[in-house]
Amino acid sequence: MTAPALTTLPSSKIIAVTSGKGGVGKTFVAANLAAALARAGRKVLVLDADLGLANLDVVLNLFPKITLHDVFTGKHGLPDALLRAPGGFWVLLAGSGMVEYSRMTGEIRDQFQKVINEVEPRFDHVLLDTGAGISDVVLYTVSLAGEVLVVVTPEPTSLTDAYATIKVLATTQGRRKISLLVNQTRKLGEGRAVRQQLQQVIDRYVNPTLDSPVRLELVGEIPADAAVRECVQRRTLMLEALPGAPASIAMVAVATRMLPA
Amino acid sequence: MPTPNTVPLQLERALQLLAHSGQEPPPGDPGSAGWMQALIDALVELSSRDALTGLANRRAFELALAREIDRVARSGEPALLLVLDIDHFKRVNDSWGHNAGDQVIKAVAHALIDSVRPMDLVARVGGEEFAIILPNCASAFGETVAERVRRRVERTPVQIGLGQQVSVSVSVGGAFAPQWVRSTPALWVERADQQLYRAKSEGRNLVQLEPTAVSVVSSEERRLLFETFQIQDHE
Repeated sequence: MTAPALTTLPSSKIIAVTSGKGGVGKTFVAANLAAALARAGRKVLVLDADLGLANLDVVLNLFPKITLHDVFTGKHGLPDALLRAPGGFWVLLAGSGMVEYSRMTGEIRDQFQKVINEVEPRFDHVLLDTGAGISDVVLYTVSLAGEVLVVVTPEPTSLTDAYATIKVLATTQGRRKISLLVNQTRKLGEGRAVRQQLQQVIDRYVNPTLDSPVRLELVGEIPADAAVRECVQRRTLMLEALPGAPASIAMVAVATRMLPA
Repeated sequence: MPTPNTVPLQLERALQLLAHSGQEPPPGDPGSAGWMQALIDALVELSSRDALTGLANRRAFELALAREIDRVARSGEPALLLVLDIDHFKRVNDSWGHNAGDQVIKAVAHALIDSVRPMDLVARVGGEEFAIILPNCASAFGETVAERVRRRVERTPVQIGLGQQVSVSVSVGGAFAPQWVRSTPALWVERADQQLYRAKSEGRNLVQLEPTAVSVVSSEERRLLFETFQIQDHE
């Protein structure tokens, strides 16, 4: 089942980070982007919306005592579950008990919406780290966000899945503006080439079927960087451990673009 | 640790069970490690099969389903679960007797096995209920596969006695495993069951699959998508 079309436009301070294919660095991007925004003085929350295979806690090396699962079951209030992450931003972790929510039911929908409503006024930015794929859970969590950031890498499988995701979001949620972040680029300008490539196929096959065209907006490219691998393996936040690395610098540039002028 | 010889092993019943189910006794010297392993293997095989049809039984099915969910969550490959139910099976039993009912079940089992790939798992999960797990089955092919299975059963007449034939049909419900998501076997079965219910209530001898989002990328789209990337790769 697909998520319903948007009835009211959600706040644009809520950004869904999604990708289609798994393993392209979605969680890595969400965490480091949040850290970059936090460094600029913004109050940022990353919400682990990957209810099935959450791994934000793994990436940040956190061991949460209270999770979204406890909030959903009413065992704890939302403020108890907010956790300060290294990098100066906040996280709301799903927890392993969320496995049973890997399918979106009406009840989970309501719970999720309640959590979003509660966190929204407390933060300047809320990043939803969604699951991979185009399941109903992913589509629903994306539907709660005002903006969508699609993370893609310059390789055929990632490109195909990102394209499929964009197509579904355009047709089922009426998305017309989608931000694109190209991760693991191998040379300068590859991000622009990827955007161009995706836009070209969308113009040819998707846009003719829509009332108004979908536009992809490149928010940045993160170069393939040995530092990234190292940080992921050491489970440290790149922006903290290696702020001078090319990937860190690129991440800060993306954050700067997202700040209000 | 107790030595293996303190309790005499009683293997007669195991051997009887194997013989009764038409299997060869394990090869090798009785009591040797190799012989014991072969005996255990044969018993494992026996306990995962349905006695009447030789299909995987419910226990084996549940095990395979859990394994498939893990695989799909990790690999993101699509997998389809079909649940099938013989239409009006009670009528067969009531009008022709239980022997005829058994013949129908066996014939349907054969038709199912014949209409899927060797890698697919066909199981008898209840009296007249079957299930098929189809790993690596793209959503674009789901309808075709399920329809082929349904039609195969419809076109297979069943001999139920001397010169007597009946034809039966199945209703089929199906759902794809949510890709990249660690779901549970129970949820997956429930979703497929809901579709089976739809197939039954919409007239039987029908296929109903859970609708998936239109996320198919055609080969033309793919070609255009990769055009310049291939050039870059060769630089």
